[in-house]
Amino acid sequence: MAGPGGDMQWCFSQVKGAIDDDVAEADIISTVEFNHTGELLATGDKGGRVVIFQQEIENKNQPQFRSEYNVYSTFQSHEPEFDYLKSLEIEEKINKIRWLPQKNAAQFLLSTNDKTIKLWKISERDKRPEGYNLKEEDGRYKDPNTITGLRVPVLIPMDLMVEASPRRVFANAHTYHINSISVNSDDETYLSADDLRINLWNLEITDRSFNIVDIKPANMEELTEVITAAEFHPLQCNTFVYSSSKGTIRLCDMRASALCDKHSKLFEEPEDPSNRSFFSEIISSISDVKFSHNGRYMMTRDYLSVKIWDLNMENRPVETYQVHEYLRSKLCSLYENDCIFDKFECCWNGDDSVVMTGSYNNFFRMFDRGQRRDMTLEASRENSKPMQVLKPRKVCAGGKRKKDEISVDSLDFNKKILHTAWHPQDNIIAVATTNNLYIFQDKVN
Amino acid sequence: RQLRRNGGGGADGDDSLYPIAVLIDELRNEDVQLRLNSIKKLSTIALALGVERTRTELLPFLTDTIYDEDEVLLALAEQLGNFTMLVGGPEYVHCLLPPLESLATVEETVVRDKAVESLRKISQEHSPVDLEVHFEPLVKRLASGDWFTSRTSACGLFSVCYPRVSSTVKAEIRQHFRTLCSDDTPMVRRAAASKLGEFAKVLELDYVKSDIISLFTALASDEQDSVRLLAVEACVSIATLLPQEDLESLVMPTLRQAAEDKSWRVRYMVADKFSETFVSLQMYLCFNCIHSVLTIWLSDLCLLCPVSEQELVSDTNQHVKSALASVIMGLSTILGKDNTIEHLLPLFLAQLKDECPEVRLNIISNLDCVNEVIGIRQLSQSLLPAIVELAEDAKWRVRLAIIEYMPLLAGQLGVEFFDEKLNTLCMAWLIDHVYAIREAATCNLMKLVEKFGAEWAQNTIVPKVLGMANDPNYLHRMTTLFCINALSEACGQDITTKQMLPVVLKMSNDQVANVRFNVAKSLQKIGPVLDSNALQTEVKPVLEKLATDTDMDVKYFAQEAISGKHFTLINVNKLKMAIIKSEMHFNLLVFTVLVLA
Repeated sequence: MAGPGGDMQWCFSQVKGAIDDDVAEADIISTVEFNHTGELLATGDKGGRVVIFQQEIENKNQPQFRSEYNVYSTFQSHEPEFDYLKSLEIEEKINKIRWLPQKNAAQFLLSTNDKTIKLWKISERDKRPEGYNLKEEDGRYKDPNTITGLRVPVLIPMDLMVEASPRRVFANAHTYHINSISVNSDDETYLSADDLRINLWNLEITDRSFNIVDIKPANMEELTEVITAAEFHPLQCNTFVYSSSKGTIRLCDMRASALCDKHSKLFEEPEDPSNRSFFSEIISSISDVKFSHNGRYMMTRDYLSVKIWDLNMENRPVETYQVHEYLRSKLCSLYENDCIFDKFECCWNGDDSVVMTGSYNNFFRMFDRGQRRDMTLEASRENSKPMQVLKPRKVCAGGKRKKDEISVDSLDFNKKILHTAWHPQDNIIAVATTNNLYIFQDKVN
Repeated sequence: RQLRRNGGGGADGDDSLYPIAVLIDELRNEDVQLRLNSIKKLSTIALALGVERTRTELLPFLTDTIYDEDEVLLALAEQLGNFTMLVGGPEYVHCLLPPLESLATVEETVVRDKAVESLRKISQEHSPVDLEVHFEPLVKRLASGDWFTSRTSACGLFSVCYPRVSSTVKAEIRQHFRTLCSDDTPMVRRAAASKLGEFAKVLELDYVKSDIISLFTALASDEQDSVRLLAVEACVSIATLLPQEDLESLVMPTLRQAAEDKSWRVRYMVADKFSETFVSLQMYLCFNCIHSVLTIWLSDLCLLCPVSEQELVSDTNQHVKSALASVIMGLSTILGKDNTIEHLLPLFLAQLKDECPEVRLNIISNLDCVNEVIGIRQLSQSLLPAIVELAEDAKWRVRLAIIEYMPLLAGQLGVEFFDEKLNTLCMAWLIDHVYAIREAATCNLMKLVEKFGAEWAQNTIVPKVLGMANDPNYLHRMTTLFCINALSEACGQDITTKQMLPVVLKMSNDQVANVRFNVAKSLQKIGPVLDSNALQTEVKPVLEKLATDTDMDVKYFAQEAISGKHFTLINVNKLKMAIIKSEMHFNLLVFTVLVLA
């Protein structure tokens, strides 16, 4: 897919998480994110935990076995809480993780649940101090009278220890549920978005944030749309976008004014009247928005499609990819089982030439923008032998089912891939099924 | 046996080691407070260890302690700045560089800044040779470090070593600074931009013109507004370094560009630094420039006014406008009388009519500058409506702000103008429906009395205040008491005893309990000002009567006043201060009487 021939094949690399079918609620993966070098991969789950995997140093002798990701650090980021004023439970589920650009030897990430954002430092320690004056190393106290000289502790090498420590807690700024956080390219601020508001924070200041977007109507009965996702432009520190449940994306310029309720660009595709139905508005709701690495394009995911927009063209997307068009006839049952409200995320590959997003039945889709080719792959235990090549899957939308095709009716809607991530440079992808994290990579010939 | 020998002998002086041993052990205690405590006593530890062991053992250990909590690291960074003598004097000061170098790379800005501060401090203690052998290589290491924390720290160190190194090294330093000004990370460019002015000051003039100006121009057109606005700040110090004839060609274009920046934050910064910049630019020599920049500001100011009905548009506008309003007044001193009247006065007058209260407030709060130049009379015709309007603003915070400027205004406008126009306002605030306003109004009266004197108070303020004691609204009656509390000291014993005290005493019969217990409080408060005779014959009986009141609170406060408990415990310090200040032994007497009573 990356090469000119476009014959890139994906093969299985690793799977993380429990094997048995009995899934504990807390183990359900709720977000996946590579850091800026791709050396670290973080996942968050419904139990409020963050697990970080580190890529092992590549083994030069066996190029076909590329570096694997192993657990580097696991920590409890959020705990369940109770808001006594509003009688509301606050789930510990990690909604989003965002890595900060590396500033020193330690790594930093932001994690958020519905209400509170935390800044975590992940650092290594390979030395420990040794030597007390008044006690032995094992803690027994010495007789103070035996002290004849002073001893300064010395640092001695020890096994590598990875520590995660909370550095900042950004709380009490969101009335509604936080759906997005995004770090600004100025390295000092980030935004957090909930259903109706977007706040701007300085990474060093926790007691103050600036409200930059507020779409809450004076009368909540007049509420017609909510913010579903928001992201900063990767290069221009003053530009950010937010998407709405009505399928529009607004681009705001913070240079124009401190409050960005007035957008500077509105991206919206006119609705196709022939496709209008009861579900039109629900399925046009945007579940994720991501800028391309070069900042020229942005990608949005709605229920049935992925759209690529050129920032210079507001009236329609430059590319539209159908993710699972065959579900259009199933919307009624998907509405009944609430699947229609699933929030699928999407991601770009390192050079913005391919995009990836998830679907049902543990399928995930890739679209090659240059060659207009698409591919359906499956994350499953069946093809999880080392370096096993993933076979493209096909769903048959009706009519006669060919060999190797899967009928729409046999898709399992409980198995869904909502969160995926692509290594920032290499062809390594991380795909979260319910409670497993699959890592695939391109086949090295 | 060992035990007995050591303990019994005492000749080793081991006893003195014990506290130091505790301090050293606590350097690695689990409790942050204990670690912090130990770090703060680092000099004691170093003293006990001696210079040799401090260099070879303590400093290496500290160099590796950068895992610790921020507050511990902050204390450590600070301590090391004063450690020169403890490592053996200036000869060995370079031993302090390794721990400070690692502290200069931590992620926490406060710690890094403190480490840089300490490094700057000890750089002065390096000999010129040591500076090149030890210090300058450290700066280079930081400047070319992998992580941007170290590169930001480097930015603050160039200016301290530049003047003291050889010309080859100077060239290297300039090169490093140039590199950091175009660093990939905005954080580093910001650090470089904020140190640009400082670095320019130590550079030779030729390099200022060749290097600094191009860096300044580049930073001022950076893609990140956070970098651009810091470059504007640097403008002030750069301008002072350049000869007059170069300003127009080298600095003005960039400054003009910044004043027209697309980002409101940058324009805001220019507005904020306006007068400061122009003082250094000595703009009276090239008035045309100021005029053109002012025109741009005027567009921010005036052109947007008609549309400012729309809240969203006025938002930007408002920030910029109020920042400008606060500095524009400062310009008058630079421009002189004629220019101020011709160019600035219309602007002031326009701003006094601005629909945004903050803009008006900023003009009023800076009136003293204008007063010096053209006299306030020029403005008073416009000033009055503006003040009256602010005084009656629907937002109580606006009212509160204008009250705070009243004493200043009164001083500027003089007693006559005040009596004529503003006195009624000050009295009206006393019956405002917001407590904070009434409270501020009371305090305002006190300041006015301090300004205009007791006699003025007796004629204008006191009668009106005392008149309110008969108001049907109990809140207003209480205001009388609060005013008396505030005014008694400024008015002096005579007025307090003869005019105020009778009113207070009469109010002890008020049917509202809140008023009655405030009478008790007031009596306690004004007690020190009264003479002892009045205290004994008039105050005491009333307090005793109140102490038998049916209301619990009234009883409580009356007893408080009688026993003077409140007095002794809480106000004793304040009182002592007052006593010392005025050296009035009389007060002490009253105090004793009250305590004894």
